[in-house]
Amino acid sequence: MTDALHPAAPPKVETPFRRFVADFCESRIALAGLAVFVVVFAAAMLCAWISPQNPYDLRQLDIMDGKMKPGSTSGDGLVFWLGSDSQGRDMVSAILYGLRTSFLVAVTSGFIAAAVGTTVGLLAAYYGGRVDTLLMRAVDIKLSFPAILIALILLAVLGQGTDKIILALVIIQWAYYARTVRASALVERRKEYVEAAHCLALPKSRILFRHILPNCLPPLIVVGTIQIANSIALEATLSFLGVGLPITEPSLGLLIANGFEYILSGVYWISFFPGVALLVTIVSINLVGDQLRDVLNPRLQK
Amino acid sequence: MTVFIIRRLMQSGLVLLLMSLIVFFGVFAIGDPVEIFIAADADQAERERAIAALGLDRPIWEQYFFFVANALKGDLGRSFVFNMPSIDLILMRLPATLELALVAVAMSVLIGVPLGMYAGYRPDSVGAKTIMAGSIFGFSLPTFWVGLMLILIFAVELGWLPSTGRGELGTFLGVQSSLFTWNGLSHLFLPALNLALFNISLVIRLTRAGMRENLPMDYVKFARAKGLSQRRVVLVHVLKNILIPIVTVVGLEIGQVIAFAVVTETIFAWPGMGKLIIDSINNLDRPVIVAYLLIIVIMFIVINLIVDILYSILDPRVRLGDMGK
Repeated sequence: MTDALHPAAPPKVETPFRRFVADFCESRIALAGLAVFVVVFAAAMLCAWISPQNPYDLRQLDIMDGKMKPGSTSGDGLVFWLGSDSQGRDMVSAILYGLRTSFLVAVTSGFIAAAVGTTVGLLAAYYGGRVDTLLMRAVDIKLSFPAILIALILLAVLGQGTDKIILALVIIQWAYYARTVRASALVERRKEYVEAAHCLALPKSRILFRHILPNCLPPLIVVGTIQIANSIALEATLSFLGVGLPITEPSLGLLIANGFEYILSGVYWISFFPGVALLVTIVSINLVGDQLRDVLNPRLQK
Repeated sequence: MTVFIIRRLMQSGLVLLLMSLIVFFGVFAIGDPVEIFIAADADQAERERAIAALGLDRPIWEQYFFFVANALKGDLGRSFVFNMPSIDLILMRLPATLELALVAVAMSVLIGVPLGMYAGYRPDSVGAKTIMAGSIFGFSLPTFWVGLMLILIFAVELGWLPSTGRGELGTFLGVQSSLFTWNGLSHLFLPALNLALFNISLVIRLTRAGMRENLPMDYVKFARAKGLSQRRVVLVHVLKNILIPIVTVVGLEIGQVIAFAVVTETIFAWPGMGKLIIDSINNLDRPVIVAYLLIIVIMFIVINLIVDILYSILDPRVRLGDMGK
């Protein structure tokens, strides 16, 4: 089959990345989780184009369509596949917009927390001694308080707002990243390539961020995945309690809270479906995270 | 041991100081203390009296000492809504929260250990696989949503159990609790189950892992060789050994349960301190918020201290590791 126009495919080289992908694909359930997550994430990010209506454009809402059962049709001929809320808002659209808010908050706070935590962890591992003791004591103390309690304290003091909940989530999460990075950086620091970099008289910041950090990434990715799921759940909880996102940025938690008052009269779908969306999102991320942990764990490698 | 406790006490003191500073600056530097401690409908004379009493006309570091001194005297302002000292208000609500948290912890052990033992004893059976799949959901399901669904199923659709409130209290040996009346128990069941769900899953996993680890051990073979019944081997010998890590973890989780009671109390309108804080945040009843923050921080510092000390008694390596530093 080989001729000048169609050269044979180059022999497959087993790069670390290819091996990683192959290992990851071994678990069907993790692949399914990844697929579900990609679909949910894409749908949330594209909500402005794909959702049947803009749930926060009041001109598109009709109070007469309020609390319609799943599958019923509105006055304008729109089918409410998952029902409508008390203001005649299509639940599918509301869930997609809510998911987008939840994702944005979780991902933003995750990245900031990872940046802060990674820096702290690297510094603690690299300098050791007093710096290490001090930073790790701070991590221990932070971890001895439950996340929801820290969030409540911060939000009670700071008040509501998207920026404030992101700040709260950063303060909650940085310690997990710091601890993880420190643990792997302590091992890396003693390796020969770091010594070689020292001999080249490279600046410390370059050694830390360009040499040590890339080798600490695998556990960081695992923690990051799990933390995104956790912060989506925590943000939803706080918004449900009314101390999280403001009413102008309705996340899934607020949607569920809005349905709470109708649940006793049997109008279940306003709370039920946003909760299912939340559950599907969290479970799919956790499945991916579990598999990543197994694949990236050097102790389990064949 | 004594050195260890003294070090931990000093550390707790430091954390307490730090937290009091954070709360103080949150209230006094970011917010406006006059607005926080004095109701909006107070007249000018009342305002001035309160400002003088709280020391708000002093420099900021003196204000901090006033704040700490007032806190030590148990005087952190009066609730705008209930018109009583905010500390008394919170202490009044404390028993309801503790009751809920302790019942939830008891439930997580009583449900989690038998299920986990079964899942570890017959790991390939359908029952075990169902239990383990269920425990994954127990980890992933958001507590507040499960609470709503419990209300929807058991209170709205089936009508078996009441959905909100604390029910009647009974008194037994001078202790007031809803455990002593049927009505109280029926009100307690759903919120406690909701709060326990996460820990049930945790205990199931721990117990299963413990069973799988212990069953192939020599002492089990020896017990069988002695001619003991399988029942006695599993329920006495193995159970004793797997209980040690479970007790430790469950003890550590008590703090978490008390913190998460905020969510459960809000859903089930359980009159504990968690519901109080959420109501106070929504009503802008600020003296109660400040008092709650201080009390809960002190509570957690005490819990952490007790856990640390118990841990070092159970596992001497912790203590020795700390001394070596």
